Amino acid sequence: MTRKTLVIAIVLLAAAVGLFAAPVSINALFMKQAGYQEEDIIGGTRDFQAAFPDINVNLTFVPYEQLEEKIITSAQAGSYDVVLSDGPFTAKFAQAGIVKSVPALSAADAKDIFEGALSSTMYKGKSYGMPWLNDCKYLFYNKKILQAAGFANPPRTWEELAAQAKVIRDKKLVKYPIAWSWAQAECLTCDYTVLSAAFGGAMFDKDGNPTLTAAGNKKALDYMAASLKDGISNPNSLEFTENEVDSTFIKGDAAFALNWTFQFAEAQDASKSSIVGQAGIALIPGSGSVRSATVNGGQPLSISAGSKHATEAWQYILYMASRDFQKKYPKNALPIWKSLYDDAGVIAAAPDVVKIAKDQYSYLVNRPVVPFYSEFSTDLQVRIQECLQGKKTSDQALKEVQAKALELAARK
Amino acid sequence: MHDLRRQKLSEQGFAFLVLLPAAVVIFGVILFPLGTTFVYSLQNMELISEEKGKFLGLLNYARVLGASWFWEALGRTLYFTVVSLAVETVLGLLIALLLNTRFAGVGFLRVLVIVPWATPGIVTASIWKWIYNPEYGVLNAVLTRLHVLAEYRAWLSDPFMAMNMVIVADVWKMTPFAVIFFLAALQFVSASVYEAATVDGAGVFGRFWHVTLPALAPTIAIVAVMRTMEKFKAFDVFYVMTRGGPANGTKVLVYEAYLKAFTNLQYSIASTLSYLIALLVLGLTIIYVRALKRGDAA
Repeated sequence: MTRKTLVIAIVLLAAAVGLFAAPVSINALFMKQAGYQEEDIIGGTRDFQAAFPDINVNLTFVPYEQLEEKIITSAQAGSYDVVLSDGPFTAKFAQAGIVKSVPALSAADAKDIFEGALSSTMYKGKSYGMPWLNDCKYLFYNKKILQAAGFANPPRTWEELAAQAKVIRDKKLVKYPIAWSWAQAECLTCDYTVLSAAFGGAMFDKDGNPTLTAAGNKKALDYMAASLKDGISNPNSLEFTENEVDSTFIKGDAAFALNWTFQFAEAQDASKSSIVGQAGIALIPGSGSVRSATVNGGQPLSISAGSKHATEAWQYILYMASRDFQKKYPKNALPIWKSLYDDAGVIAAAPDVVKIAKDQYSYLVNRPVVPFYSEFSTDLQVRIQECLQGKKTSDQALKEVQAKALELAARK
Repeated sequence: MHDLRRQKLSEQGFAFLVLLPAAVVIFGVILFPLGTTFVYSLQNMELISEEKGKFLGLLNYARVLGASWFWEALGRTLYFTVVSLAVETVLGLLIALLLNTRFAGVGFLRVLVIVPWATPGIVTASIWKWIYNPEYGVLNAVLTRLHVLAEYRAWLSDPFMAMNMVIVADVWKMTPFAVIFFLAALQFVSASVYEAATVDGAGVFGRFWHVTLPALAPTIAIVAVMRTMEKFKAFDVFYVMTRGGPANGTKVLVYEAYLKAFTNLQYSIASTLSYLIALLVLGLTIIYVRALKRGDAA
């Protein structure tokens, strides 16, 4: 071997070793809204990198409204390896090949995860992600305002809530007692899912046939419209997403608010909240024979179809969804693992929330699981807003959504 | 002789070589997407469809033109275009006339007026979204302090109101564009023409009507053409401020195309819509240019 070939050989060997040992970089897309907050995700990722020094994770945070678009536009190129998806996207993403299918979980693990969270990752018998964020909406109330109005307990039915709100309004304890996220966005569909189920309605039957004109759906929409007309709902709700509901509530400008778990931690945070110690969390009211109903806000982590590091991506996902991570950060979102609800640390971090959560999870309602969900949801939002602005009656609005849903279902 | 020919060839070759990168870029980012989009508009390119890839001919065009949402979005786009263009032109003309006079600080004002135009669209839209915020917005604060409003109100929760508020934001940003054009044109109007007009007994309005306006007519037409095209394509201001809401009140054509592609995964419908928007803009441009030429001939 001449010296020249020896040098070449050494250089090549060094390059090869360098290539294999070089840390793999994966990109992960998360949201900056409800659920786990940025600092939780950064902390968890730091722990992951300490355990897997060969995998480097770059984080991107976007508002929920941009999540879907980012996932779709980056799917081909694989700009993100790990993406935070959402339950209602699963059917569409699977059908369109936007995310990869992932390995099945062990039977023991699957049994320990809440059914609602697990089912939101499944489409036609395959899994397209790992349940990660376990969330649903709760009723938040301001204890001080309720007390001043003479109520010892939060309302158990929506009728009772309206009655309490009227007293609060008349006593001028707060200008508009209820804050909702009724902007033309997904959050409006979430609130409507809660109300329609609470009034005994359902948007689709078991076979996926639209049933928008059912009595319960109309009752829910009428309730919304009436609350605006009576001045008990904040009229700005039509512009609010969850973030504005949160800021209104923690400023003490609302007695009641429907929101995700994160709002409870926000209300206790003295750097943001002016109602520290006054926030209460309760089971969402029901009506008639329905005791309660809430919307499933669970969001899975998925692997983008274009990812070139699927193995590392899956490793990272499993870490972020592990019992260890979820035990460590129980403040803004509760675990997907049933066994953790008896964990002293989790209970201690959020005793009020854990107590209510156990009960509230029995009343989880999924948003419609249909591949044309996005289009349906957009149409529903528009018709509801038209009704709330008095441009259409509830009958008219729901009839139009029903027609649209039938048209979408018939399309191939 | 032999050398000369080789040199000539290599000169051609050199020219080709120099043009190649630009040609590749133009093909890659303009022609190829244009072609692909056109092909998509003739196919079923709905990612969730079972018949994806099926050739449909002009069916997509028929579907879009037959849909009420298309005509509603077109109506909103036209309203946005006409109203904001009219306000920008009138306001731009008035500001240009003011800045064309001589007074202390006019140079500073001329620079200052450009600032909104120099601000990126996304930033402008975010600023105005905060100004209109129903709870903490500065517009509510100012109007209540001036006793114009009795209490804070929501500005973006009524469909028609929201559209007009978006127009205000757009006018704020784009009026400087018109001002700069008009100001440049005004500098070319000779002072002697005004003097002659004054001698002939023309007052302020007479001079404006008979001297200034005719001198500015071609510039007004150019601004109108450029702004119409831009306004038909307006997206960022709607995306940031209203996302098409409330109740679709601000859902313009381009935002509709965006939703169809990136929310509904209906790439064929979005492509069709894009071509229709392009055709509409082309049609408007032809009308404008013809009008401009006729004006020149007269």
